[in-house]
Amino acid sequence: MAEKVMVKGTEAIGEAAIRAGCRLYFGYPITPQSELTEYMSRRMPQVDGVFLQAESEVAAVNMLYGAASTGHRVMTSTSSPGYSLMQEGVSYIAGAELPVVFVNVVRGGPGLGDIQPAQSDYFQATKGGGHGDYRLVVYGPESLQEAVELTAKAFDVADKYRNPALILADGMLGQMMEPVEFPEFRDLSTLPDHSSWAMQGAKGREPHKITSFDINEYVLEQMNLRYQEKYKKIIENEQMWEEYKTDDADIIIVAYGTMGRIAKTIVNMAREKGVKAGLFRPITLWPYPYEALAKLADQAKLFFTVEMSMGQMVEDVKLAVNGKKTVEFYGRTGGVVPTPNEVLAKLMELI
Amino acid sequence: MKHHAFIAAGFGGQGVMLFGKILSLAAMYENLYTTWLPSYGPEMRGGTANCTVVLSEEYIASPVVDQPTEVIAFNIPSMYKFEKLLPENGILLLNSSVIDRDPERTDIQVFKIPANDIADELGNVKVQNMVMLGAYLKATGAVSFDSVKKALEKSLKGKKAELLDINLKAIEAGMNALVK
Amino acid sequence: MSYKIKFKGPESLSGKEFTYCPGCHHGIVHRLVAEVIDELGIREKTLMVAPVGCSVFAYEFFDVDGTVAPHGRAPAVATGMKRAMPENVVFTYQGDGDLAAIGTAEILHAANRGEKITTIFINNAIYGMTGGQMAPTTLLGMKTTTSPYGRSAENEGYPLHMAELLSNLPGVAYLARTKVNKPQDVLKTKKMIKKAFLAQIEGKGFGMVEVLSTCPTNWGIPPVEANKWLEENMVPEYPLGVYVDKVGDEK
Repeated sequence: MAEKVMVKGTEAIGEAAIRAGCRLYFGYPITPQSELTEYMSRRMPQVDGVFLQAESEVAAVNMLYGAASTGHRVMTSTSSPGYSLMQEGVSYIAGAELPVVFVNVVRGGPGLGDIQPAQSDYFQATKGGGHGDYRLVVYGPESLQEAVELTAKAFDVADKYRNPALILADGMLGQMMEPVEFPEFRDLSTLPDHSSWAMQGAKGREPHKITSFDINEYVLEQMNLRYQEKYKKIIENEQMWEEYKTDDADIIIVAYGTMGRIAKTIVNMAREKGVKAGLFRPITLWPYPYEALAKLADQAKLFFTVEMSMGQMVEDVKLAVNGKKTVEFYGRTGGVVPTPNEVLAKLMELI
Repeated sequence: MKHHAFIAAGFGGQGVMLFGKILSLAAMYENLYTTWLPSYGPEMRGGTANCTVVLSEEYIASPVVDQPTEVIAFNIPSMYKFEKLLPENGILLLNSSVIDRDPERTDIQVFKIPANDIADELGNVKVQNMVMLGAYLKATGAVSFDSVKKALEKSLKGKKAELLDINLKAIEAGMNALVK
Repeated sequence: MSYKIKFKGPESLSGKEFTYCPGCHHGIVHRLVAEVIDELGIREKTLMVAPVGCSVFAYEFFDVDGTVAPHGRAPAVATGMKRAMPENVVFTYQGDGDLAAIGTAEILHAANRGEKITTIFINNAIYGMTGGQMAPTTLLGMKTTTSPYGRSAENEGYPLHMAELLSNLPGVAYLARTKVNKPQDVLKTKKMIKKAFLAQIEGKGFGMVEVLSTCPTNWGIPPVEANKWLEENMVPEYPLGVYVDKVGDEK
C-alpha cells in the first residue's frame, strides 16, 4: 500500500492526473484553484509533460481541444467564472467527441460572485452550459481520497467513450488538506491507443477529420443520434452513488460532494436524537443515479435535499422520486457552507 | 474515542495555518483521520485568518465544525469570534502577549500563554505559534511530541531546516508554560 | 495510346471541389499552401486547423489531418496540437473576422509565445460567410451590411493592421503581407508561404503570411474589377512586404 501523504485538494487532483498519464495541462489562474495550476507548472516539467498558462480560459479550452485531437490525455482546472468562459470550447469538445478532463472548483456566483465554496454550478455542469444536445460525465467527490480516485476514473471514462468528463469540486475540497494515498504511476504505454481517429499525421492512411460540424442537417442529426447512443451506454454503465445508513431510514438526506460528506455527520446527529435518517450521495451527477434513488421512495417517508445552492440538484431528486414522496430542500448559497447543526435544526422542523 | 476539533485563529502572519498543519500532519503519523480546512481569501470581518482541524479515530464526516472542542486564539478578535462556539468546559488557549483582555465566557477552561514573550526569550518571536502548539499538546494530549517533531522535520526542509531546533524548543517551552 | 502526366494538382489537396465564389482568392491560396506542403514533403505529418468563416470547409479541401476550431480560436487549437505533437507541422488558415476580430487575443499570444505554428491569414476587408458585414480590416468609407453609410473612424475605428501589430513581437520568425491578384504576386506569395512553414520546421518560431484578397460577391463588383479595386484601395492601406524574416534565403 502506498504511503499516506498530506496534501491540499487542488494538488491531490493534479498529482492524480499526472499519475493517470496526463502529460498536457493548459490553464489560467483563478481562485480558489490557482494552486492546481501552480502545481502543474512545477510537476509537468518533472515528468516531461507540457504545462502552458494560456492567455485566457477561452484560449485554454481550445488548447485542450487541439491537444486532445492528437489523442493525448489532457486536462485543465478552473473555477466558476472561468468554466463559464470555457463553455464554447466544452460544447465543441463534446461535439468533436474528444476525451478531455475538466476540473471546476466551484465558488459562489453568479457573476464575479466570491471565492468561497459553492455548488451553484450544478445546472451548468449537468444540464449543458454550452449550446447543443451534449453531456459530460460529471463526478462530485466528497473527500480528497475520492477526488484522487475519481480523477483517474474520469480519464479512463473519457477515453473509453471519447467524451469529456468533469470533476465538480468546490472551494472547500480544493483548499482543505487531508491524508491521501496516491495510486502508482500509470505506465504510459498502457494508455488507450487513439491512432484510429486522432490527428497524428496522415501517413499511410486516409486523413482524419475531427469536427463538431456538418452543414447538412440530416447528417448532423445522425451525428447527434450517435452521441445519444453513447450517452445511453454511459447511463447504463457509469452511475455511481453511495448510500449511508439508508437500510432502515425514514428520512433520506440527498447531498453530493462536500455537502454529502457533511451530511454524514447530520445523519449521525439525527440518529442520536432517535430520527432514522440516511444519506443518498450521488457520486456521478451525470449520469444521475435516478433508479437507485427511486428505489428508496418506497421505503422512506421524506426526502431532504441539502445543497450549497438555492436548489439545483433537488430537481433531479424530484425527477427520481417522481411524486411518490415529499422532497424538501435546504440550502445556503453565495459561498456559505451550511453547518451540521443548522441543517439538523431544519430537519427536526420537518418532522 | 479520541476526537479533537479545534479552530486556530489570528492575524495573517502569526503562523496560524502552520499551527494547524503541523498538528494535522502529526495526527496522520499516528494513523488518525484528520482534516485541515483553512479560511481563505481576504478576510473582511475582524481581520482574522483561521483553520479548522479535526483529529479523530473515526472517519471524519464533516470537516466543517460548528462546535470545536478547543479554540486557539492568537488575537483579540479571534477570541471573541470563536469562544462563543465552545461547549461548556471547552478549552480556550490564548496568546496573552497579544490578548490583554479576558474572554466573555466563564464556563470554559482558559489557558493564557505569553507566547510572544517566551518566543522572544528563545531568540525568535516568530516561533510564538509553536509555543502555542506546545501548550495545546500539554492541554489536550491530542498527539505526541514525537509525532509533532516528525511533522516539523517533514515541513521544515531545505533552508528552513536550521529552524527545526528553535521550533522544538518553542514547543517544549509552551508545554512547560501551561500549568494545568 | 499512352498518356504522360505533364501537369497535375498538388497531392496535398483532396480533390474535393472548392465551394468558393467565382473570383475569390481562397482557391489560389489553398493551392499555394498545398504546393508548399508537397514541396516540403510534409503532407503526412501536417495537421490543419480551419477557421469559422468562408474557409470553414478548408479542412476537407486539404488531404491532411484536419479540424475546425471555434471562431477565432485556431491559434489556441494549433498551440495545443503542436505542444502535444512537436514533431508534426501545424498550420491555421483564418480570415479577417476570425483572426483580427474575435480571435485577436489568440493570434497575438500565439505569436508572442513564438508558437511553432504557421498561420495563413486571408484579409479581404469584409465578412464573407455571414453576408458582407464589416470586418476590423474594412477600409474607411467602405460600405458593408453593418456599415451601410461607410465605415467611419469616429464610430468604428480604423482598419486593423495585423502584420504591423504582430511584427513587434520577438516570437515571430516570419511575417509578410502579400497579394495574389497578379501572376507574379502568386509566385512571390508561394515563396512567402514556404518561408512561413520553414520558420516552424526549423524551430525558429511563429510564421504568418497575410494575403490581401478579393470578395467579389460581398464587395458587389465583378472579379476582374475586384482585382483592380484591391490594387487601388487595399494595397495603399495595407503596405505589402516582408515584415519579419529570421528564416533567411534558401540555400
